[in-house]
Amino acid sequence: MMLAANMFVGPEIDWFKISPFLVMLGGVLLLILAGSLTPQWKKGAYGVVGAITAAGTAVITALLWRDLGDGAPSSLLANALTFSKFTLFATFSIAIATLLAILLTSGFLVREDEDGPEIFALILCAAIGGMVMVQANDLIVMFLGLETLSLAFYLLTASSRSRSASGEAGLKYFVLGGFASAFFLYGVALVFGATGSTNIDAIAASLSKDIVLGGSSAMLLAGIALLLVGFGFKVSLVPFHTWTADVYQGAPTPITALMGSVGKTAAFVALLRVFSDALSSRSDDWRPVVVVLAILTLVVGSVLAVVQTDVKRMLAYSSISHAGFILVGLVAAGQVASADAGLGTSGTLSYLFIYSILVIGTLGIVTIVAGKGDNETSLNAFKGLGKSNPVLAMGMTVLLLAQAGVPLTSGFVAKFGIIRAAVSTESYVLAVVAMLAAVIAAFLYLRIMVSMWLSEGTTSRDISVAFSTRLAIGLCVGATVVLGFFPSLLLQFTNQL
Amino acid sequence: MSIPILTLLVLVPLVGALVASLLAKSNESIVKIVALASSITTGLLSVWMLIKFPTGSAGFEFVSKHSWVSEWGISWHLGVDGISLFLVVLTGILFPLVIVGIDPHHDHKQYLVWMLVLEAGVMGSFLSLDLFLFFVFFEIVLVPMYFLIGKWGYDQRIYAATKFFIYTMAGSAFMLVGIVATAFLARRDIGHLSFDLIEIAEKSNFSTSTGRWLFVGFVIAFAVKVPLFPLHTWLPDAHTQAPTGGSVILAGVLLKMGTYGMLRFGVYLFPEAAVWSKPVLLTLAVIGIIYGAIAATMQKDLKRLVAYSSVAHLGFIVLGTFALTNQAITGGVMQMVNHGISTGALFLMVGMIYERRHTRVIAELKGIQSVAPIFAGFFMLIMLSSIGLPGLNGFVGEFLILIGSFPTARWWVVAATTGVILAALYLLWAYQRVFHGEPDEANKSFAEITKREAMLLSVFVAAIVFTGVYPKPMLNRIEPSVKSLLEHVESRSNYKQPEIKAGE
Repeated sequence: MMLAANMFVGPEIDWFKISPFLVMLGGVLLLILAGSLTPQWKKGAYGVVGAITAAGTAVITALLWRDLGDGAPSSLLANALTFSKFTLFATFSIAIATLLAILLTSGFLVREDEDGPEIFALILCAAIGGMVMVQANDLIVMFLGLETLSLAFYLLTASSRSRSASGEAGLKYFVLGGFASAFFLYGVALVFGATGSTNIDAIAASLSKDIVLGGSSAMLLAGIALLLVGFGFKVSLVPFHTWTADVYQGAPTPITALMGSVGKTAAFVALLRVFSDALSSRSDDWRPVVVVLAILTLVVGSVLAVVQTDVKRMLAYSSISHAGFILVGLVAAGQVASADAGLGTSGTLSYLFIYSILVIGTLGIVTIVAGKGDNETSLNAFKGLGKSNPVLAMGMTVLLLAQAGVPLTSGFVAKFGIIRAAVSTESYVLAVVAMLAAVIAAFLYLRIMVSMWLSEGTTSRDISVAFSTRLAIGLCVGATVVLGFFPSLLLQFTNQL
Repeated sequence: MSIPILTLLVLVPLVGALVASLLAKSNESIVKIVALASSITTGLLSVWMLIKFPTGSAGFEFVSKHSWVSEWGISWHLGVDGISLFLVVLTGILFPLVIVGIDPHHDHKQYLVWMLVLEAGVMGSFLSLDLFLFFVFFEIVLVPMYFLIGKWGYDQRIYAATKFFIYTMAGSAFMLVGIVATAFLARRDIGHLSFDLIEIAEKSNFSTSTGRWLFVGFVIAFAVKVPLFPLHTWLPDAHTQAPTGGSVILAGVLLKMGTYGMLRFGVYLFPEAAVWSKPVLLTLAVIGIIYGAIAATMQKDLKRLVAYSSVAHLGFIVLGTFALTNQAITGGVMQMVNHGISTGALFLMVGMIYERRHTRVIAELKGIQSVAPIFAGFFMLIMLSSIGLPGLNGFVGEFLILIGSFPTARWWVVAATTGVILAALYLLWAYQRVFHGEPDEANKSFAEITKREAMLLSVFVAAIVFTGVYPKPMLNRIEPSVKSLLEHVESRSNYKQPEIKAGE
């Protein structure tokens, strides 16, 4: 570690520790510069560059994790970033999700004849934004990450040239996302006003001494509320969820997968950092609100998911329901008086990691079924898939059962981690509500399975799938099953968080 | 003791399912052979286990324990005692019979794969001694059963399958929270986080109200599974719409996971709460007995009639369980097995009637006895065992339940006894309408029982008669475990069994 540091370190910057960002950035520059200066590359070559970049980031993050050992958290770049197992794990999740999403996108773009470097550069930009968000130790830095992520998402959402729904969704997302960013920034300003700092550690220290500038906590509470609204939009909590279904449906399907994985992970980890680290001494103020939001999100998300007829919309609402589940983990993490609050943190991160893989796999299969033009996403398009393409249908079934939280899939491990956290901090009612919401949501997954296996197909479609798409889905399904049977493979890492 | 027989009981069908699923669809006969081989091997293993099981042992035998998810204190912990012994054997024998005897008509490969997965899940549920592991098996059973009903069932199959899945999963939601809470609350007494059933039951010391809450969480899940009134509404639909094989398994072993769970997890983990909840659960059980019987009387569909009779019979088992006396619980355990045999066989025969006539409506069947006397004879015998005629298996369990419950639950028993009479009413009446009289045009060509069907049913009949005439070997193996369970209850609560001389 010291050796490596001596070799790479300049006077102030620990280059090796920020190398995940540098690798990603290198990939972006390569794609944009080389991509624009050279004639069209071979089919799928841009995707390979993007995938290698993301994989490289994941490997470097894993090396950093190994080097860190049992080391204490430290900060980088003049206290702008945090460097700890927690942030490394989140970075790793984002890198893996990015890798899988790029594999999907690559096959998708080739099929749609829209292959080019821009999309991959934007995906990597989004990943950088997400990584900044999860590592940020300062609310302003976090905001920079958030904007990088969001701007890339707006463009990616609108990137399909053949579907008008895509442009519409991008515009909608942009306008509402802008509002949310404003809320977030206003919240940062008010918290700064109340504590005198935007640094997460400094805010926590100031609040734990119970010092509120100006003598009244009204400004602080308003700041917390605005931050919650901003985050609530980004992770789509009810009642800030209305954009989700339209954007999920309108965006090109692999981009939906990216939003559901990278976007959600980044925003949730940032939310966790702000609320359970910076504002932990005020958890008595925000926990009741978050409990209400969690229950609303769980119930409304599940119920609305059930009545949809478009699979992408269904998955959008189911992602809302999942967000409610993750929020239960945040509630547990905010129970600072309990010795088991850490279970909330590790449960949330495991959930995000597992859910990212599930959502990418599921939407990967939706991408295939949607066919050229990316239009066939209604429930009817899945009819008879079990007959015409049993392997694909089986993969989808595994992923859907995992989303429903059936044992021996990774989804159960994720749910169990959250329930464990909730129960250990004595939030029994919340745990029961979360499980019941999962039952309602299970109905939705059953509907898709009924379509695939138990309904006669309307058309027999000829499905040809690019290798990269197949690889991505195979990895997702494999991970879902393996982690379901051997949860220790993941838990040995998340338990250290 | 060198071979891990219990682990094999779970793994053999699972491996069979895996192998079968990898074979090509066109290789139907090979798939069948694989399915048969693995299920028969499982059956033989279970019988071998029964032979090796030491009579008089009260504790868990053939225990195998390995760490699984060490981070969470979860282990692969299997064991069998007198309470689970015969359920495991019943599972081991019933599955090969169903696989041999019942034709799913289409998609044989998928059907057999799901059957084997189901078998592994059921076996695991009866053998698990780890709360987490139990939940995994308990819940995973839903998936194969969902597909069996949804794909091979009758007209309303998707509705029924979905209802079954959602109902059971909703019940399990409470249990999962209960399981996690149990483990976390027991951590203080044990010293570390553990999901081990025995460790928690022996070492934990829940406060009265905590124990009651946890008990309620567990019992909701089991009450849905049993099903206990008023959570029973999924059962008639699931049974009626399921293919014959699914019905036989559902009635034969799946429902027992609920009553077994009540004993193994409800009573064993939370003795005080079990005593406390007695009035409520007994009342629900008795309502179930009478309501199930009345509803069965009213049914026009033969299969629905048998389904409602299940509600009534399982009411008896719950009555025996929560009467909390040696005899009543022993009778309850016996009745779990007996009901599996009798009702499983009844569903089998209703399936045979449907194969021949493509209807199960009682009014459309008439005078079958005169055209198919042997068929009618088999039906008669099985039906009488379901009614509880002395000399057949149903009587032994029911009688033990009633006599054992009388000292502790007198008025409930008095009410439940009317259920015995009603059972005779609805079954005999159904028999009369279906088998007696002159056959009309449609029923004239009702085919007599085939050799294959007769052989299949003979296994059931042999079990029915043997247990009815000579129940002692079974009782001898069940009783010690029940006794030690009740001693555990008495030592953990202020409940004392009334002194009665047990008639051997």
